Amino acid sequence: MDDPRITEVAGSGVPIYGDDVDTDRILPARFLKETTFENMADYLFYDARRDEDGFNDHPLNRFPDAEIAVVNENFGCGSSREHAPQAMLRWGIDGVVGESFAEIFADNCKSLGVPTATADAETVEDLQAWIEANPDGEIPIDVEAETVTYGGETVAVDIDDATREALVDGIWDTTALMRANVNRVAETAASLPYVD
Amino acid sequence: MSGGTLYDQVWERHRVTTLPNGQDQLCVGLHLVHEVTSPQAFSMLDERDLEVAFPDRTFATTDHIVPTTTDGRDRPLADDQAEEMLSALEENVDESGITFFGLDSDRQGITHVVAPELGLTQPGMTVACGDSHTATHGAFGAIGVGVGTSQIRDIFATGCIAAEKQQVRRIQVEGSLGDGVYAKDVILQIIRQLGVDGGVGHVYEYGGPAIRELDMEGRLAICNMSIEGGARAGYVNPDETTYEYLRGREYVPEGEEFEELKAYWESIKSDEDAEYDDVVTVDVDDLDPLVTWGINPGQVVELSDPVPAPGSFETETEQDAACRALDHMNLEPGDSMLGYDVDVAFLGTCTNGRVSDFRQAAAVLAGHTVADDVRALAVPGSETVRRTCEQEGIDEVFGEAGFEWRRAGCSMCLAMNDDSLVGDEVCASSSNRNFVGRQGSKEGRTVLMSPATVAAAAIEGEVADCRRFLDDSPAHTAAEDVSEVAD
Ligand code: SF4
Repeated sequence: MDDPRITEVAGSGVPIYGDDVDTDRILPARFLKETTFENMADYLFYDARRDEDGFNDHPLNRFPDAEIAVVNENFGCGSSREHAPQAMLRWGIDGVVGESFAEIFADNCKSLGVPTATADAETVEDLQAWIEANPDGEIPIDVEAETVTYGGETVAVDIDDATREALVDGIWDTTALMRANVNRVAETAASLPYVD
Repeated sequence: MSGGTLYDQVWERHRVTTLPNGQDQLCVGLHLVHEVTSPQAFSMLDERDLEVAFPDRTFATTDHIVPTTTDGRDRPLADDQAEEMLSALEENVDESGITFFGLDSDRQGITHVVAPELGLTQPGMTVACGDSHTATHGAFGAIGVGVGTSQIRDIFATGCIAAEKQQVRRIQVEGSLGDGVYAKDVILQIIRQLGVDGGVGHVYEYGGPAIRELDMEGRLAICNMSIEGGARAGYVNPDETTYEYLRGREYVPEGEEFEELKAYWESIKSDEDAEYDDVVTVDVDDLDPLVTWGINPGQVVELSDPVPAPGSFETETEQDAACRALDHMNLEPGDSMLGYDVDVAFLGTCTNGRVSDFRQAAAVLAGHTVADDVRALAVPGSETVRRTCEQEGIDEVFGEAGFEWRRAGCSMCLAMNDDSLVGDEVCASSSNRNFVGRQGSKEGRTVLMSPATVAAAAIEGEVADCRRFLDDSPAHTAAEDVSEVAD
């Protein structure tokens, strides 16, 4: 496996506007019946990105190569489906900056190694406007220092302590964490009378 | 072994280590898999080039999407997505060497019905499944937890879950149950008393005389609905009832090996002086049959009581919930649930789809017929349950009464197959959730109740007291006939 430590994510941005963007918008329920997450990127904001004439001017259509999403308040609310952050990650989004996030959504992001950073409304709106003017501009999120840099300016953001620690120390991936202890698992399993 | 509660002891036995993120790494003793929540986890495993670590401790079945008519089970299934899910599971279990009770197996059924009846679930185990009703297995003194997709991947890859320990609340159930009052009524009463989120941060330990008197199937029904009370898991300390239930089951060893295993089972139970984070007493003496009147499983009344007014609830959240419930159910405060019109009667699920549930309902149905305008569905929780009922002639009691006797699956519990409510139909249901839309129609209305009460509602075409049918004489005799066959 690659080094799981995530100290910085960077790339160009996409502003996804609106408060209370729920997971049904991010990933419509009818795609939950698919048996893998593989195609989820295709369904990201599926309905929001289309109108009768095909693709509309949704930000994801305008900034298809973005790696950093910049969102507003209570992003990811609604159902706890892991399909929503999976779809974003598979689209190419490696980090999200927003005014605030729904708790389970942020948790799901953490378990995929995607940092969620919060900032006040003014900062977020400035950043969204800057992306519109600089579609190819780099936006590094420094996870350890809790900053976001754009256009030569560095601003402070907030990344929840447990998430920051997990990402920076590379302990967000429970599968990897637990695989490190295979020998002890074998011992514990062997001590259980019902395991042959 | 250290003392404390059964939960403490099972946790300690299965704890591998504490992870750098602060969670405990716990061995999973039994991993149950079904078609809806596993495919994404299997493909995540593939993406990382990993294999299933403990295929021998993993068992799969198919339940959520399966058709419950015999013809409907021909392959390929009529619903493309259902067929795709089932084929994906077949491929995955095949590659991983996991035992699979598929559509062609005579052991197929709902995970939480199949594992207990085959003796896969045993005391002192940890059980995990990508399904919120995994608490069911706690009836054996096991710790059953429902898990999400990433955790299923964790278990496939490592045989473990990462988890935080919960607090333990002892629920002491005093008194004894009257005729026509069952385990389902007890758990509805507990959820009414403690609330649908009363269990958040807790596991529930059910005990006391009323629990001791219950058979294993009753205990399974109670533990099953722990999640409806907000608890992460629920369990009953094992006793002779538990050990005798397990003796002779397919996956339980015999002879000396059984005695050895039993010694382990007996060594794991809550100490007499175990300390609980909380103790609550629930009295079930004089309890009447209960039904839900609303759209969450805590909105419950005894049949003799009127539907409550929103103002009678303490918190604003509960009051709002009551207003929405009255509106959805088309009820007024003060109405009685007795006499509430019913269009569909549904008997089955992982709560109440076991042999004793069908026996109890048959005792009510015998010698009666389903009301003309009621559609009545009996769906065994497993093919094993179906066969046992058929050997006892219970299917005939249902058939003669006018119930459709189906094949095993989740069916109308969540309507992922063809069994669904239509429009604003009212369903008298032995399932566990009465959320809006749960049974397949947004306007549909669900009234949760015991299997015997479902049978009474089917006969009357309205919510009715099952005790009437247990007492009145021609039916009474017929009912006794059935229970004789049943024993
Ligand atoms: S019967 Fe209902 S609650 Fe039980 S596993 Fe199936 S869908 Fe879930």
